[in-house]
Amino acid sequence: MKSLLNAWSWLFLVLILGFFEIYAQTQTGNTFLFRIYNIQSISVAASQILLLALGLTLVIVAGHIDLSIAFTTGFAAVAMALVIRFVGPEAGWFTVILAMGVGLLAAIIVGLVNGWLVAQLNVPSFIGTLGTYGIARGAALIVAGGATVSIRSDEARVLGNGHILGIPIPVVAAVVLAIICHYVLTHTRFGVHTYALGASRASVERAGVDVKRHLVYLFVISAITAGVGGLIYTSRFSAGAANAGEPILLYAVAAVFIGGASLTGGQGTIIGTVIGAFIIAVIQFGLVFCGLPPYWQFVAVGLVIIVAVLVDQSKGRLVGGST
Amino acid sequence: MTTILKVDGLKKRFGGNEAVSNVSFDVNEGECVVLAGDNGAGKSTVIKMISGVYQPTAGQVHFNDTVLTGKSPEAVRSLGIETIYQDLALADNLDPGLNLYLGREKTRRILGISFLDRKEMQRNAVEVMKSLGIVVPDPSAPVREMSGGQRQAIAIARAIHWQAKLVIMDEPTAALGVPEQREVMALIERLKKKGVGIILISHNLPDIFAAADRIIVLARGVVAGERKPSETNDEEIVRMMMGATL
Repeated sequence: MKSLLNAWSWLFLVLILGFFEIYAQTQTGNTFLFRIYNIQSISVAASQILLLALGLTLVIVAGHIDLSIAFTTGFAAVAMALVIRFVGPEAGWFTVILAMGVGLLAAIIVGLVNGWLVAQLNVPSFIGTLGTYGIARGAALIVAGGATVSIRSDEARVLGNGHILGIPIPVVAAVVLAIICHYVLTHTRFGVHTYALGASRASVERAGVDVKRHLVYLFVISAITAGVGGLIYTSRFSAGAANAGEPILLYAVAAVFIGGASLTGGQGTIIGTVIGAFIIAVIQFGLVFCGLPPYWQFVAVGLVIIVAVLVDQSKGRLVGGST
Repeated sequence: MTTILKVDGLKKRFGGNEAVSNVSFDVNEGECVVLAGDNGAGKSTVIKMISGVYQPTAGQVHFNDTVLTGKSPEAVRSLGIETIYQDLALADNLDPGLNLYLGREKTRRILGISFLDRKEMQRNAVEVMKSLGIVVPDPSAPVREMSGGQRQAIAIARAIHWQAKLVIMDEPTAALGVPEQREVMALIERLKKKGVGIILISHNLPDIFAAADRIIVLARGVVAGERKPSETNDEEIVRMMMGATL
């Protein structure tokens, strides 16, 4: 019974894929699912959401939240673009890699500030990261001069739009990071302590774990995955924008909760988050495919979030009642 | 019987308020000493001075040949004194094995990459729990699905698995139903048979008489008296708790 309910998000993904496939077959006579272009578009959209959601999953499992990721993404994107622009069009691989390093560093700084606020100063993470959300947004806009920083770099364009074995590079990056995050969360001591922290801070403290350091690591991991999202944004669009991550913040948070995490912490998996991100990406792409105005995707994703929470609650009731 | 813990003239002052004025007692190997007393009598302050959470204003605590006073809670724990608080400090979403090993998890390497050895930890947890007379129905289920008595057993298993010589229990039956209270009392008996010394804090009279080898009654920060359960009765203990000394 329990495993069946845990599988609901899989089922839901299959259902909406089936729905769009039937719609496509009956209305247009074409296939929705079995076109490489569609699959690639959905995967790229899902990987964008995932890059923000992966690190966020760890933070949410530990019973916290990181709202700053949206602008951590933007900050990293702008920092990378500025370095490439500073060096000039004949930048070359070295500069691109250096620029990515600077972008990641910018993200890590935001993560360290978040960790310091939450761990050292005991600021609730919702408030603390709301503050750094504003600060990172301002910092990104200030260094970018309020505009989008466009770049000309063939190397960056290859990274953002190229393929490895037919798979778009942004998707490859998201898959690699997802595997790493999954390993960390389920197979390492760090992961166990993250789950335990979400259930009871006292349990981890009395086990002799340095909880403050653990929290700082969590927020840095979250900032790194969001930062990689920014690097990919700059590479894909040959421009760094301060608000690169803003439209996906809601989707990233939604993906984590659709994937089975709980606001109170102690629950959630990377696999769940991956499914959550795909559910949102399929809805996004599918509604446009059906010819609906794109605004409907906000409504649809909003509904899915509410359904996910309701299913999660009834899961607790059903399973709690049967044991 | 050898004395393992010696509490000598403990005093604790918080600002102008003297929570504990003068408390001395011993605990022997395999013995359960109950600290009884009304709310505010100083029981919790005394155990916190033993476990290193508070440092006494005056007096000392000796454990075997070591002076505990001045040591941190971690140092006291690593010497073999485990404190089990009312909230048990379990991670409810993890299985008994992970709770038993929390902070000291077992890992194994596959192709040079380290993985948690969940199965091994579960096996050991089942083993330790069995030695406490508790059967774990599903070793891979999170401990939130277990009964209050079983959860208490995990907290105790954690203590004995890491070779605790003295276990301090703060109101272990306070939140439990009657059958689970019995389970905990049985656990205490088995711990005593293993030679572990126990300090039990309680103000539940049936518990006190069921578990204690000696009852030490605290009232207003001093030892109001010490009795063997066979030499006293409910009424006398209550009278001592209320402050009618000796």
